[in-house]
Parts: sequence; structure tokens; C-alpha cells
Amino acid sequence: MLTLQCPYCGVDAEETELQGGGEAHLKRFGPGSNDDDFEGYLFLRENQKGIHFERWRHAYGCGKWFLAARHTNTLEVFGTYPAQSTEPPQHIKDAISAKLPGWKWGNFS
Amino acid sequence: MRRYSVFAIAREALRYHTGWERAWRAPEPKKKYDAIIVGAGGHGLATAYYLGKNFGITNVAIIEKGWLGGGNTGRNTTIIRSNYLQDPSAAIYEKARSLYETMSQDLNYNVMFSPRGLIMLAQTEHEVRGYQRTAHANALQGVATEFISPQQVKELVPIINLEGPRYPVLGGLLQKRGGTARHDAVAWGYARACSDMGMDVIQKCEVTGVRTEGGKVVGVSTTKGDIDCDKLGIVVAGHTSVLAEMAGFRLPIESVALQALVSEPIKPCMDVVVMANTVHGYMSQSDKGEMVIGGGTDAFNNYTQRGSFHHIEETVRALNETFPIISRLKMLRQWGGIVDMTGDRSPIISKTPVDGIFVNCGWGTGGFKAIPGSGWAMAELMAKGHSPLAEEFHMYRFREGKFIDESVAAGVAH
Repeated sequence: MLTLQCPYCGVDAEETELQGGGEAHLKRFGPGSNDDDFEGYLFLRENQKGIHFERWRHAYGCGKWFLAARHTNTLEVFGTYPAQSTEPPQHIKDAISAKLPGWKWGNFS
Repeated sequence: MRRYSVFAIAREALRYHTGWERAWRAPEPKKKYDAIIVGAGGHGLATAYYLGKNFGITNVAIIEKGWLGGGNTGRNTTIIRSNYLQDPSAAIYEKARSLYETMSQDLNYNVMFSPRGLIMLAQTEHEVRGYQRTAHANALQGVATEFISPQQVKELVPIINLEGPRYPVLGGLLQKRGGTARHDAVAWGYARACSDMGMDVIQKCEVTGVRTEGGKVVGVSTTKGDIDCDKLGIVVAGHTSVLAEMAGFRLPIESVALQALVSEPIKPCMDVVVMANTVHGYMSQSDKGEMVIGGGTDAFNNYTQRGSFHHIEETVRALNETFPIISRLKMLRQWGGIVDMTGDRSPIISKTPVDGIFVNCGWGTGGFKAIPGSGWAMAELMAKGHSPLAEEFHMYRFREGKFIDESVAAGVAH
């Protein structure tokens, strides 16, 4: 069972009380943007075998959205952080670098 | 290749089975092939088989990271059906279903295709309307399905409980010519036929890089060295994004774990496949007597080939209500596979931004049933650059807004 700590209420939430929300840090491209950007925003996803940043909602708890850094092949969680973050906090990046030197994900590394 | 037949069995019975030859060779890779297929699962092997059979292209290698048919081909619930809503889907799945009917004869390998019939239960008013619509669409597409009453469901499935308190059975979409097949045999049969045509099935050989020159593919790097090719087919299901990244393009797919389980074997009690999409479960009985049960996917990206256990609990809890007979059965084993999901729940069979690279992926939770049709279309696309069956399944349909939307029509249980 996947367990994530909600950064708002502090609860170690089991997967059954969470709701997955897909990829995090998507930059929105709306009407007027070019086709490449619009396609990327709507459909193209990182889907790495490795690090993944993703959105979660503590649905059966405090109800807040938050973000998590997780390994898609070991299921190791490197940390959770508030949904308002525009990029992962440095301590989470460092934790990832310790396990996955040279990692790259979208614009982050 | 020595043909399998009743005479072969008799001959071998008289000489203590010493004369059976290996079903396929285990060659080392050559320096160059006309075409390389990455992925020796059902779809990859079928692609290679039809490249040889339909187009005479036999200088082909099928490269597999693990072992033959060890991915989703060996992990599915073996269901075969073609009762889809959209025309392009019905065409390719019905092609596949019809090829399954003659596959054992075609490959000289018993794939145990069993057209035992398949029912998708309608357990809400919305599902009743949805399946009636699908039945009408299927009639126009030339796919034989019919919407049947709860009483007809009960006649076909005596163990079913029609009066479930929460989700009563209100009818069902029946495809009489749907059913099951032996999934491993499909991979083995294709591999044997490919090997017989002179193709190389290379197992335990992981692709570590895709080599291109001037926007055109020239070969792959593998754990067994560099191999050159003119054309490259990527047919690796859950790991497609990994291969696409090596080749330098992105795809609209995400990989998640899908699970299934089997019960301990019991006496024959159900001779059709039953899918209950509202409650997320589907069940059939294998020839060994196990109840084969499939469930839902996890809600997060996952490459681990194992899913979260609570999905098993949800699936079994839901099916218990519809099939009270299974409530005392023990689970024999449970497993997971990595499926590649597209936004519209339809596959991608397509050229790619790299000249000479073709991709066949996105079959999501429902690839097994499509294996022969998928291979047929992919082979045609690779050989001729164009395939009527694959025409609308190209990877650019998302940016063009031309979805083949089966996410509503097929639900989660493919």
C-alpha cells in the first residue's frame, strides 16, 4: 500500500484515502497558443521509468491537493510538498539526486 | 519445421517422445536486418509473422528484454471480443477475432480458441442504453452482438444473482462468437512460425538505445551489441515511453499497473465470459477450472508489474454480489502487468517523427484480443507505409482532435 504524508494536515495517508491527480507542474497553454504547446499540455506526459512528480488529493482526509515525488519502479517516495509550488523544493531534489544521480524530468534536474 | 499432427503424436508415442524438435531456434543476433521488432509479446510476434506471411519480409529479428510472451501476453485474462462502439475499433478488433478463429490451423499450433460467448452485464439504466446503442452500432459494422434480457442472461449463466441489491442485472450485451484463447500458446505459436520463416527471436536482449542518422533510424544498441536495421517496430506496451525517449519523441500515453487473479480450481460452473463493467470486474472459468478474474487499474504511474492490493479486494467484493457462489473460494494467485493508456483508450499504430520507426502501443487494458489484427495492421504499415485498418489510429490524432473515444463505450474493463 502506497503511503504519502499530507503536507497540510501531516497525516500519513494510505492510498485508499487519496486520489491520484496525474502529472504535476503542467504549464497551461490555452487558446491562442501553438499546436505543439497545446498538444503537449493536454496529452503528452513524462511517463518515465524512474522519477515522477505528481498531484494527489487527500480526498478522504483534509481534502487538500498536494504534490509528491515518487519513483515509478521502486515506488519510493522522496517527499511531498504543497500544491502551490512551481518547482520541487531543493531538499526533495537532493533526496532524488542521492538515489538517481543525473536525473532529469521535464525542466527539472 | 516438423508439423504437429495426430500422426506426429502417434509416431513420438512409439519412440518415447525422443523426436520432438525445439519449437523455435535461439540465435545470436546478426549484424543487420531488414526490420527489427522490439518486443516478443503477442503484438510484436504477430507483426513479424504477418510481415513474413503477407509481405515476404523474413530478414527480421524480434528482440525481447525478458522472455517470450512474459509481459502482458502472459498476464491478461485471455478474453477475446470485438463489440466496440466506434467504427475503426470494431474493424480492427473484429479482424483480430476472425483471425483467432483460424489461428490454430494457420500456425499449426493449438491456441485453444474457445468462442464460448461473452456477456457484458448492464447493471444500471445508463448501461442498458449504452449497450443497446453498441448493439445497433455493431449491427451496422457487421459485428454479431445482441442485447439480451435478464432471463436470457440467467439461462446462459445459471450461477448469476440477478437481484443484487445495489446493482441488479438489467440485461446484457452478448457476443456469441467472443470467448477466450490460451494466451501463452498465441505467443509460442507465432514464435514457432516466425522462426520457421527464418526470423530470429532473440530473448534476454534489452534495447539500450535507438540509433538514428539524419532523422532516419539506422539500428538499435542492445545488451548483445549494436544491430542495424532499415525499419524498426516498437511494440513494447508498458515500456513504450522508455523506447520513445531513446528515439527522441514523446507519446500521449501513461503506464499503469493492471491486475488479475485466479481462484482455486472448481468443477465447471460457467461456460461464458461475463464482464461487469459498472462494478469493475470480469470473470471466466479456465479449462483447469480456475475462476479467472480481472479488475481495475491503479490511479498512478507504475512500472512495477504489481498493483495495489485493495483493487483486488474491490473487484472480488463487487463480484461476490453478482456471483455469490465464489464467496468461499480461495485465491490461488494474483499478478499485475504494465499497461500503456492513451487518453481516448484506443491504441496507437503509427509512423513516428523518426523515419523508419513505427510504433504499436496504447492497447491499454485490452490488448490480448487484438493481437492478430494489430500484427496484421502493423505489418502492413511497416511494409507499405499505409494500412487501412491502422489509418485512424495514428499518434497525431490527439493534436488533431480526432479521438477514437472508447473510454465511455468500453469502460475500464477491456
